[in-house]
Amino acid sequence: MSMLEVLKQSSNPEICKPMAKAVIERAKHFHETFGRRPVLMEVCGSHTMALARTGIKPLLKDHVQLISGPGCPVCVTDQRSIDSMIALAEGDNRIICTFGDMMRVPGSNKSLLDCKIAGKDIRVLYSPIEAVSIAEANPEKDVIFLGIGFETTIPILALMVGEAEKRGINNFSIWMATKLLEPVLRYLLDAGDVQLDGFILPGHVSIVLGEDSYSFLVKDYHISGVITGFETAELLSGIYKLIGLALSEMPRIQNDHPAVVTKKGNQMTQRWIGRYLSKCDEAWRGIGVIKGSGLDLRQEYDKYNAKIRFGVETIEPRKTKCRCGEVIRGVIAPNECPLFGKACHPMNPIGPCMVSAEGSCAAYYQYMRESY
Amino acid sequence: MEKLISLAHGDGGELSHRLIRDIFVEAFDDKMAALFDAAAITMSSRQVAVTTDSFVIKPLFFPGGSIGKLAVAGTVNDLAVSGSRPAFLTCGFVIEEGFPIGKLKRIVEDMAAEAKKTGVQIIAGDTKVVERGSADGVYINTTGIGVYETGIGCSLNFEEGDAIIVTGSIGDHGIAVFSSREELGISSPIYSDCASLNRMLWDVLEQTKGIRIMRDPTRGGLATTLVEIAEDFHVTMKIKELEIPVKREVHGVCDLLGFDPLYLANEGKAIIICSDNDKQMVLDILRTYPEGKQAAIIGSIIGKDKGQLLLETPLGSTRGLSRLTGSMFPRIC
Repeated sequence: MSMLEVLKQSSNPEICKPMAKAVIERAKHFHETFGRRPVLMEVCGSHTMALARTGIKPLLKDHVQLISGPGCPVCVTDQRSIDSMIALAEGDNRIICTFGDMMRVPGSNKSLLDCKIAGKDIRVLYSPIEAVSIAEANPEKDVIFLGIGFETTIPILALMVGEAEKRGINNFSIWMATKLLEPVLRYLLDAGDVQLDGFILPGHVSIVLGEDSYSFLVKDYHISGVITGFETAELLSGIYKLIGLALSEMPRIQNDHPAVVTKKGNQMTQRWIGRYLSKCDEAWRGIGVIKGSGLDLRQEYDKYNAKIRFGVETIEPRKTKCRCGEVIRGVIAPNECPLFGKACHPMNPIGPCMVSAEGSCAAYYQYMRESY
Repeated sequence: MEKLISLAHGDGGELSHRLIRDIFVEAFDDKMAALFDAAAITMSSRQVAVTTDSFVIKPLFFPGGSIGKLAVAGTVNDLAVSGSRPAFLTCGFVIEEGFPIGKLKRIVEDMAAEAKKTGVQIIAGDTKVVERGSADGVYINTTGIGVYETGIGCSLNFEEGDAIIVTGSIGDHGIAVFSSREELGISSPIYSDCASLNRMLWDVLEQTKGIRIMRDPTRGGLATTLVEIAEDFHVTMKIKELEIPVKREVHGVCDLLGFDPLYLANEGKAIIICSDNDKQMVLDILRTYPEGKQAAIIGSIIGKDKGQLLLETPLGSTRGLSRLTGSMFPRIC
């Protein structure tokens, strides 16, 4: 069977409907055993979107509580950091390169899209490495890439620095605002704001990190995780197995995506990361600074570090009633925020969760606002 | 050396004359109309449909079409889904100084070829040249005139149980244009569906009586167009995700970039809402045309009160769909 046929099968109702039924049966069994619904957190923003889009979340809502975690890279970016990137874009003689998700994220005063409309050279890239070529083609300008993202994106940033170094390009730099998964999961579990029975772990991040990188969940927190993909059948299978692990009370990490996720992850990308980047403290929206929760360029690559090359001044971020911070931590559901669907909607986002393609609020607004 | 458009091509003098004579009149093959400031057309006393559209697409040439083909097909389709028979087009060109004349010729030839195929006449035109940097290559405006025939058209009398038909796979144009941009580096070409649908749709209108409405889901895609119909006519519709034709390649690129095919532009597709009785006949007619081979019934009207668009997922759960909000940007991961 070709990969395309596999993908087609994975949303085939003849396969998925019985799977959903099995998940519900298992969740009922959990309820009979523990007197409550199982509470699972999907860590990754792409999972949040997929669970809403496929209809899994609404279908299971009476039986399984699925909470969105802090895995949308745009949403977890601190407001001051967003304001800094926008301030950076306002400088002269610069080309700002960014992932598309960032364009409409509201800063305290404006968004990158507003800057672009006002005439600033801001380019949405589909392949980030292209920023290096843009720098090469525009030697008289400073080309700055806005480096946000988790472990899936970080290797590309390291690769970009390597490429700029190889081509001897000096007008290229990255504004680093990357985030790491383990520190924030530890933070959530230590804070104890939410009681969880297991984590739905992202397949693509795990390709880089490897199955073993989640062993701390079992060892330090006695909680299970299932690594799974993004298709309907994969998600249902992951949830089914995760409820099974929670029922067994024998926590472990189960790799439900073994075709692509290995125990140790992608060693090559990890070497790249190690060569160019080192751990730093990062500020998270709604959480604050978490020690060692991000990666910055190593000191010897300062010349590619936009934070060192360009000083930006930001004002105290505008205070709003946006509760993105609590949404990210899984403490409240998007519709519990007083702004949701009223002052805050995709045409007028107050927080990044409403505008990012992986944001919990955007997923909820687009796919689950009304139940039928 | 490659010949380029200069500002003098737009100043009304000798160069303008030659450009119009050698490129436009030559391609559109209507030497009489070019002699006068206005074209004279003979029309019956029937009602006519008039529509206008401007085309500013980038890139100008994409797999499956060009701005020229699009400028004809887009306006022809607007006339066709309105229930009229497209008859005449006018075209206005805004050309950037420095644009290669060879490319302009290709664009104009594409227009002429598509017009010939659809049976519409291009009867009037205008060219303007603007300074380098004031436009991006070429912009085209076309205005179309169509003729209504008594007893043929869309009734707008919606009823519960009416079928919603789409004439083929959705999202092809959006993805073809998007992936033809060099930086994306997608190797397998996805062709735009850019095509004039007037003959096929006229056939449907002539042979069946139960057509409620026809629309072409261009910008904003299938979902946005259906939401507009639902709200404008206060009908609640339910479409089934599994029944909506989407090419695998289009699905693939959407998965990669975080796009939703329901919101991607189409340039050779129509939505037809018809009575339950007529749906099979409509489908049979559509499928006799190459543009309608993949036509499918994707849902039905389930109520006449709220004015909502609902989508049934493969799992059987239902969610509401709204208009496209803002532009779609590719996601991070």
